[in-house]
Amino acid sequence: MNAEALAFYALAAMVLVGGFLVVQSRNLVHAAISLVPTLLGVAGLYVLLNAEFVTAIQILIYVGAITVLILFVILLTEGATGLRVRQRNEQVPLALLVCGILVVLFLVVLLRVPWGPPTGPMPAYNPGAVGRSFLMPYVLAFEVTSLVILASLVGAIVVARREG
Amino acid sequence: MPLDWAYVAVFALVGAVMAVLPLGVVWLLAPRSQYAHKRIPYESGIVPFGEAWSQFHVRYYLFGLAFLLFDIEVIYIYPWAVVLRELGGFALVEMAVFLGVLGVALAYAWKKGALEWA
Amino acid sequence: MGLGGLLDALWQVEFLRMVVLAAVVFTFLAVGGPLFLVLAERKISAWIQARVGPKHVGPHGILQTVADTVKLLQKESIVPHRADVVLFTAAPVLVAVAALLDWIVIPFAPGVIVRDLNVGILYFAAVSSLTVIGILTGGWASNNKYSLLGGLRSAAQMVSYELPLGFSLLVVATLTGTLSTVRIVEAQPYPAHFYPSVIVAAVVFLIAATAEANRIPFDLPEAEAELVAGYFSEYTPMRFALFQLGEYGALLASSALFTTLFLGGWKGPFALPGVGPVVDGMVWFLLKTYAVVFFLMWVRWTYPRSRIDQLLNVSWKILLPVSMANLLVAGVLVVLG
Repeated sequence: MNAEALAFYALAAMVLVGGFLVVQSRNLVHAAISLVPTLLGVAGLYVLLNAEFVTAIQILIYVGAITVLILFVILLTEGATGLRVRQRNEQVPLALLVCGILVVLFLVVLLRVPWGPPTGPMPAYNPGAVGRSFLMPYVLAFEVTSLVILASLVGAIVVARREG
Repeated sequence: MPLDWAYVAVFALVGAVMAVLPLGVVWLLAPRSQYAHKRIPYESGIVPFGEAWSQFHVRYYLFGLAFLLFDIEVIYIYPWAVVLRELGGFALVEMAVFLGVLGVALAYAWKKGALEWA
Repeated sequence: MGLGGLLDALWQVEFLRMVVLAAVVFTFLAVGGPLFLVLAERKISAWIQARVGPKHVGPHGILQTVADTVKLLQKESIVPHRADVVLFTAAPVLVAVAALLDWIVIPFAPGVIVRDLNVGILYFAAVSSLTVIGILTGGWASNNKYSLLGGLRSAAQMVSYELPLGFSLLVVATLTGTLSTVRIVEAQPYPAHFYPSVIVAAVVFLIAATAEANRIPFDLPEAEAELVAGYFSEYTPMRFALFQLGEYGALLASSALFTTLFLGGWKGPFALPGVGPVVDGMVWFLLKTYAVVFFLMWVRWTYPRSRIDQLLNVSWKILLPVSMANLLVAGVLVVLG
């Protein structure tokens, strides 16, 4: 097994173990902290895809910002920390059904796609290339992003004001 | 380039090991007293009452969310910063529009008092 | 030995290099960080307040922090009642590791850098943001009211100041057209017409870095009069030492990054006689870095502590709009340049 495959399996294991801890922890703070190895593992997978700009973003946004926000929310919620959260409710059969459908869909995709070795050079994901595509072909999407951020902020403030 | 990040991974692992080692030294060397009261959380000399957790104000969430949104904005500007010299005036105008909209977002949050701690 | 065997052997050499470098940088961080800086802080604060400071251990007290470290190694490690042992331990380790990871992209001299990442300064911002999680976790895991409140305040403050800090990095990236720390040093000194933007970015960076390091005038998270010691109130010997390592390591890393971005990094005003470019670069780099650290200590012992609303106002209502405008100014300067 070469170094790349070894790194892939190690990272995949990190993502899966972290993800498992997130869903099975009965303590919400533990669940939130378990996101850290999961998200860092995903960042590592981006490295294997030669996408180091995306890797850095993954760490900065997902680990450094979203996890912190989730922790804030948990600490703000009455009775959410230290509490043993109930892991089951009456929706279990429905959830099983949805998960079952998803598994079937994933299996169909996995089995039907002709997975071969990649052809041609790896696409460049360095900041320069990303910048050129933001500013030339995808300029509209780029500008609309700022509107999306504006809308999210307005929404958050409206919701928090109503409840606060 | 993945080699760069292999360095990052090894640094993290070696750093964690070197950080845990002195904890092991303490475990070996340090005395352990059986005095049970030593484990009571410090609360200015009185016996702690209630839980350590108490409900926190929603403002932490507002600041957290505003931070997340502006952090995402910062991410979008990095690629622009690298290619500005190459693409010139057009790119500058695009960024002015982008930052203008986010200036509006900041002004809105300010006006609505979301940036007030009180 | 076939080609595969050769590659394997090379990989092993490279791996050994990684481990050794990590150990070397960690040692530098421990010695040049808390071990030296705590002593320096105590000496400088004493000097500013017309006191003597530590003077009994070793000549002029220079072995004080060494003695403190030896003492800490022999003290009992106490975990508070109903605290979360795993997270209580993981939190300071994470903070120390984050401080170590910062140093991968810091250039000490021409060619002396662990790895010159393409996304250098973005990487620095990303790994420093991990500290917040460590502090929040440590505060929560202590099962102590002061710790939790201190951790939350610290997190709110650190995320608020990450933004102006990020914009300062962006201004430098715009002016130089690169994210690599090595190429940023090579691009200095900046052309004179960049100065307005550079100076504003440098001032914003310095203020934000002080806040990120939780130092006076921004040290509310550990305001000893009201919160005991903030998020590390419950921390005893070595776990406490790891938080100190993280804190002073991050302070040193911010100063090193300031040197790299704004003070020309390894470049000195004149070449030192009789030494090669590597030694010359390292001497200038360390001189400048510690000069920045000294400046931050001077500020700490001169100004009073601010209130949390004042602190957040400075970040969101002054630094953030100013740095957004400054970024556009930098863009105009580059396009006209």
